[in-house]
Formats: sequence, C-alpha cells, structure tokens
Amino acid sequence: MSRQSNRTTDSKKMNSELFTLTYGALVTQLCKDYENDEEVNKQLDKMGYNIGVRLIEDFLARSTIGRCQDFRETADVIAKVAFKMYLGITPSVTNWSPAGDEFSLILENNPLADFVELPDNHNTLIYSNLLCGVLRGALEMVQMAVDVKFAQDTLRGDNVTEIRMKFIKRIEENLPAGEE
Amino acid sequence: MADEAPFQFLHSELIQYIYKSADTEDTENGRNISKLENLGCRVGQGLIERLTKDAPRFKDELDIMKFICKDFWTCLFKKQIDNLRTNHQDSQFRLLSHLSAGKQYLDYAPKYLAFTCGLVRGALSNLGLRSVVTAEISDMPACKFQVLIQKM
Repeated sequence: MSRQSNRTTDSKKMNSELFTLTYGALVTQLCKDYENDEEVNKQLDKMGYNIGVRLIEDFLARSTIGRCQDFRETADVIAKVAFKMYLGITPSVTNWSPAGDEFSLILENNPLADFVELPDNHNTLIYSNLLCGVLRGALEMVQMAVDVKFAQDTLRGDNVTEIRMKFIKRIEENLPAGEE
Repeated sequence: MADEAPFQFLHSELIQYIYKSADTEDTENGRNISKLENLGCRVGQGLIERLTKDAPRFKDELDIMKFICKDFWTCLFKKQIDNLRTNHQDSQFRLLSHLSAGKQYLDYAPKYLAFTCGLVRGALSNLGLRSVVTAEISDMPACKFQVLIQKM
C-alpha cells in the first residue's frame, strides 16, 4: 500500500534526479574536454542558449501566458511560472534596481546542484551556468536582450544562489525588405 | 508533462555537443556513441542507487530485470516496458518499448538510444550484474533493447 504512493512521488523525484544527474555528467564531461573553467562556463552558456531558444516555444505552448507588459511582469512569469513548471522551484524576485531594469532571482535550493560539491581546483566554475544561457536564449526569442549572470552560488560557499538579470534592450523584429 | 522537458532538451543538447566536438564524421561515430553510452552509464548508476535505497534485496537476475522493466523504466519514461523476453541459457533479455511519437527519424535514433542503453547498463552494474546493452529499431516506433548478462 505505501509502496504504491511511494511510486508516484518517486516518479516525479526521479525525473528531476535524472535531469540533475545528467547535468552533472555533462559538466564533468565538459571539464574533461576543456582546459579551464572559463571555457566550460562559456560552453554551458552556449548550450543553455540553444536550449532556451527552443524551450520558450515549449513554455508558451504549455502556459497560457500572453505577452508581458513590462520587465516586472516578465520577472514574475519567469519565477512563478517557468521555474515552477520546469524545475519545480519558485525563486523569489528581489533587489530591483531603481530604474526597474535589473533584478535578482534568489534560489533557496538549486535542483541542478543536488548532490554536487565543487572540488578545489574548480574555483571559477559556474556550475549552473546553463541556466543563464537558457534565460538569455528564451528571452531573446520574445524580443528581449538581457544579461544574466550568477551573483551568488551555494556551491561556492554563499548562503543562497542568486541570478542577476539585466534588461538591455528590446530587439526589434526584422521586417523583410520592401515592407513597411 | 513539463517535468520531462528539461531532460529531453538537455539530452538533445548533450548529443549535439558530443557530435560537434568530434573532429571527423563517420569514423568518430562509434566513439561518440560510446561517449554517450558511458555518460548514460554513470547516470544509471546514480539513479539506481537512489531508487533502490530502501528496497529489499533482489532474488535473482530475472527479478532484477523485472524491476528494470517496471519500476526503473516507469520512473524514467512514465511507462513500463511493453514486453520482456528471456533466454535463460544465454542470460539474454529482450525489452520491447515504443518510442514516443515525437521521434520519427531512424538515422538519429542510435544517438538517442545510446544514453538509454547506458542507463540500463549502469543500473544493472550497481545491482551487481555486468552486462552489454544494445538497442535496435527495426520497426518504428518500436524499439528493442537487448541485455546480455555477462557471467563473471
């Protein structure tokens, strides 16, 4: 009887563990392939970007969210809908800049980094850098150029994981030549 | 379900990465498949540890294979293996599964299956069985996994 209910919670947990472990295997592979952490960080960002440009379509198909009116709304959608949908967590949105073009996502726990410890020789590795790429790629597809980086990381000894997102500009849709 | 999406996207990107970082086309193909399979193996080992943490000991190979087909597979792919055929003498098992409707491309299929074969091999290895796992797609969308247990 209790085995049955364990199975369903296990299933959800297993999916995220499959993802977490696969991500870990990927980072390990990248560390083997590249000489230094900077390169690995770049690769993770690039791969994240590739995922982001496709993930956004999946997201828009699954959620019924319409176009966001402003950056604040975007922030809320990212934290409360997207993160919840894909990673099962709801980061908090804080530290808005006075101009309203920059904010932080605070993640109390980071599913990508479950079971992970960084060895001493990888001090500059941004383990979860894939997330930055994903956010950047996804937002670019909805006409927003943003800069995303990790400000704090529990893997590097900080108390929380903080992702800082800055709005750079709106990307104008390119119209084909000859049209107004 | 949305919680499968992150893994699927990551898996695709992983495959792209492995293939892009290879220097040549055809001759590297076997090595890339191996790389993917090895990655799957590491992940399988970790997963099976988590999944069987509180489970009782398995009686025999068949019991282990049934577990793989039911619980392990369900946890990964939300469904059980459709069919398990065994050949006791050779310790061979055939698992039949239907690939999800999304994957229609026969050429790319081996790349996608490599990781899964590794998952099974890794899981079995942590349950004490050394094996060779291969997959073939002869009739889409059905996919046949063959598990050959190696006697130590």
